[in-house]
Amino acid sequence: MREARWLPWARWIGLGFLTLFTLTPLFVMASSSVKPLRDVQNGFGWIPTTFTLRPFADIWRTVPLARYFANSLVVSTVAAVASVTVAVFAAYAISRYRFPGRRVFSVTVLSTQMFPGILFLLPLFMIFVNLGNVIGVELYASRLGLIITYLTFSLPFSIWMLVGYFDSIPVALDEAAKVDGNGPIGALFRVVIPAAVPGIVAVLIYAFMTAWGEVLFASVMTDESTRTLAVGLRGYATENDVYWNQVMAASLVVSVPVVAGFLLLQRYLVQGLTAGAVK
Amino acid sequence: MLAAAVACGGGDGGDAGGSAAPRTLTYWASNQGTSLDNDKQVLQPELDKFEKQTGIKVNVEVVPWADLLNRILAATTSGKGPDVVNIGNTWSASLQATGAFVPFDDALLGQLGGRDRFLGPSLAATGAQGKPPAAVPIYGMTYGLYYNKKMFAEAGIGEPPATWDELIAAGKKLTKDGTWGLAVEGASVSENSHHAFIFGQQHGADPFDASGKPQFDTPQAVAGIKQYLDLMAVHKIVNPSNAEYSNGTEAVQDFVNRKAAMLMWQSAAASFKAGGMTEDEYGLAPIPLPDPSSGGKQVNGMVAGINLAIFNFTENQDAALRFVKFMTSPEEQKVLNKAYGSLPTVKDAYDDPAFQTPTIKTFQEILANTAAPLPQVPEESQYETLVGTAMNQMWADAANGKPITDDYVKSKLTQANQQVQPGS
Amino acid sequence: MVARTAHPARHDAAPPEDDPPRPRAPGIWARLRRGGLPYLLILPAVLLELLIHVVPMLVGVGMSFLRLTQFFIRNWSAAPFAGLDNYRVAVDFDSAVGRSLLHSFTVTVVFTAIAVGVSWLLGTMGAVLMQGSFRGRGLLRTLFLVPYALPVYAGVITWSFMFQRDTGMVNHVLVDQLGLFGERPFWLIGPNSFAAVVVVCVWRTWPFAFLVLMAGLQNIPGDLYEASAIDGAGFWRQLRSVTLPMLRPVNQVLVLVLFLWTFNDFNTPYVMFGRAAPPEADLISVHIYQSSFVTWNFGSGSAMSVLLLLFLLLVTAVYLTATSRRRNHA
Repeated sequence: MREARWLPWARWIGLGFLTLFTLTPLFVMASSSVKPLRDVQNGFGWIPTTFTLRPFADIWRTVPLARYFANSLVVSTVAAVASVTVAVFAAYAISRYRFPGRRVFSVTVLSTQMFPGILFLLPLFMIFVNLGNVIGVELYASRLGLIITYLTFSLPFSIWMLVGYFDSIPVALDEAAKVDGNGPIGALFRVVIPAAVPGIVAVLIYAFMTAWGEVLFASVMTDESTRTLAVGLRGYATENDVYWNQVMAASLVVSVPVVAGFLLLQRYLVQGLTAGAVK
Repeated sequence: MLAAAVACGGGDGGDAGGSAAPRTLTYWASNQGTSLDNDKQVLQPELDKFEKQTGIKVNVEVVPWADLLNRILAATTSGKGPDVVNIGNTWSASLQATGAFVPFDDALLGQLGGRDRFLGPSLAATGAQGKPPAAVPIYGMTYGLYYNKKMFAEAGIGEPPATWDELIAAGKKLTKDGTWGLAVEGASVSENSHHAFIFGQQHGADPFDASGKPQFDTPQAVAGIKQYLDLMAVHKIVNPSNAEYSNGTEAVQDFVNRKAAMLMWQSAAASFKAGGMTEDEYGLAPIPLPDPSSGGKQVNGMVAGINLAIFNFTENQDAALRFVKFMTSPEEQKVLNKAYGSLPTVKDAYDDPAFQTPTIKTFQEILANTAAPLPQVPEESQYETLVGTAMNQMWADAANGKPITDDYVKSKLTQANQQVQPGS
Repeated sequence: MVARTAHPARHDAAPPEDDPPRPRAPGIWARLRRGGLPYLLILPAVLLELLIHVVPMLVGVGMSFLRLTQFFIRNWSAAPFAGLDNYRVAVDFDSAVGRSLLHSFTVTVVFTAIAVGVSWLLGTMGAVLMQGSFRGRGLLRTLFLVPYALPVYAGVITWSFMFQRDTGMVNHVLVDQLGLFGERPFWLIGPNSFAAVVVVCVWRTWPFAFLVLMAGLQNIPGDLYEASAIDGAGFWRQLRSVTLPMLRPVNQVLVLVLFLWTFNDFNTPYVMFGRAAPPEADLISVHIYQSSFVTWNFGSGSAMSVLLLLFLLLVTAVYLTATSRRRNHA
């Protein structure tokens, strides 16, 4: 892109605003997490007057944070990977084939996103319990049930987004791969997926975060041993008190690995067609 | 992955799964202590004691309040859940209507030592009148007026207020330089509905008529709620900021942090202690009663508390009943209510010196004599939700300086009343 | 026209036979495999959708025709058939129930329009400004994704902490430090609560738009920019004639995703306001939750949800038709 003379300035201002907007709550979080509870409750100050690391020790005792964290990590990761896998195949079919039922499928998938979750909570719960009784695999209050649920929650948008990315990859590339002797699946793996890596990574992150943050279903479909972070964090708000400093400390602690994961993934976000696949 | 999921999902045993060992129970406890972990620490030794006595193992899960009702609903719908569960006593009639709980008829109550062992008001809050209770009370609570002794002494007030006029006068003296007379939880639906009920009763209001029809907007109810709101809107002894307090702890913290000198609350001793407030710093008095000649009821508290219920899909009803019996035994009532700062719900537990402190005695007298249970009708949860929500808005308007008139209160309550959807 | 060359993959009108190269003498198996392949590819998705979404949704629609209250949730088959009663109550705008539903609906529409618009704008701004290389680019990219990486509860509870009237950071800055207001404004109740929930929603949502658009931008071949630069196009013309048209397939989905997501967002208002949102910020997902779960009236809640579904279907259909037509005429 040609750089106009004002562009660096605009970049500075625009990104500066976004940084401030993003950072302010994070700073409040960080500074509150190293204050004693009384200080947090008694009015805001940017810099802690009394510095303490106690909240970071207390968070593990107030709620079983480590277990919640492990549950969330397992459930979200498996759900995200599975969701992207299923979505890649479905999106490839929609992007590259015209087949009867294609429209019905895409519209139905999309329309599931329009039903308020609150309503199919109870029916889904009943299906899980009954299905569990029939097939003998416990779905209620198990990680498996949660994984299946979350994988499906992110599926519709994953498919739609991937169709968008796949559509922007020239069909000529598929053709070239097929001329080289690949079948359609070969073309998918050799050409389309590599070319769509940024999109796939974006979708992977989306699917992960969908599972990571979901509150409503997790609150009903988990028990003590399978509870996820999204609901578990509410444990810092007890009947007696809201442990603000601990909420903030716990939020920071559990976000560190996720942000680290983003950091690792982000180089895939910015490669792709620009790497020279199209010529 | 599958195996792991199965292993952890099936590990809780004793539920309605069928194949589980018959001598295991699953128990959902509510969060009564300072944290979920604290609850476990309180309960686990007692459950171990029970196992030692009976050989029945109890797997307890402390369910946070935010999830408890949803979890119970899901269990009711699907027939899969715990054997025994704690419920908020105001849910009793609504949950009773689902038919999901084992009714405690006279025979079952007899096994627990009979109806008369229980505190009357607490037992009255276990389901619709004339029907066998859907649950039995285990933790008793009610409302009282906490006051900060030191702040009272500094303001030259010797005694806690006994009438509303005295309370307002004291509040005005105490309201200065960033401290306020009284703290309220103005955006908490449940606190608001409880106070709407108490203040309404003092003016003779009943949320439901004798046939169970909702009548939220009677002139008596309007007068009651207006009296409550006027503490902020007219008398200015409540910090307008209290209108946004929603999580059920902020008013308590204002009291602990000396931002407010009075608090109308259920037993909050644990919170005070956690906040570093010693027992000689505060006192407890009954919430003022109305002038007996005014025609209102002599009610200054609602019967709050926790009930214990048995799901009727349990395959271990005998074991479950033994567990209920254990939890309502004098010894356990003493241990648990002492730990939680609540009141025993059985009369034979009160001989313990722990329940002879002035605070507990005051609460006990209120609960026994001048507390009334919220209406035990299936639509009660709608009353709490609709009237509580309407009051959130009224507090918000009062805090923003909007005049709170009778017509205004009535219109909000009428709107709430119209949204009631009949249960059957 | 650049926009046209920007879409080498435009094959909407292509007949299916054109896609795979035609083998010389297709055997019956090959033909079956070719015809069946797309179905095989979507099969896992179909099964999952059926189990988790479609069947429960149909049950939900069924519920809307029942008088499903706490008396019947244990045994749904005993619930009396209500016909269209639940719907009648919901759309009777003379009644308190219908009026409050309509109010909540209006609030939600306005909320969604603003929140999606601003999130998309910020996301586009962020993604476009992050083009090209400069120091700290990787750091910023990660930083911008942090709000998205926080569990919803953590992010929203921090904001509501900041919005507290007496002890919050927002009033600390606006009143104590800048002196903009004499009286401390409320943010969690009253008229400002709408602005507050919009800000929180945008804070949580724009990183997603940023993420998707940034990935989308990587797919734009650099030579398109070079070509248009040779034509003498400046920043804005490149944005209009290369960037935005190239992003159109991604944007088409993104805006729809943001719209549906924001419209049905339950977590943000629920964590922020708890059981009862102020009327100014009474978003429909919490409203329906309140009028069904909390008051045990599942039939009525289902009917409201179905009405919502119909509305969203309509909007989506109009949106897709409009955007697809634009695409085809581009």
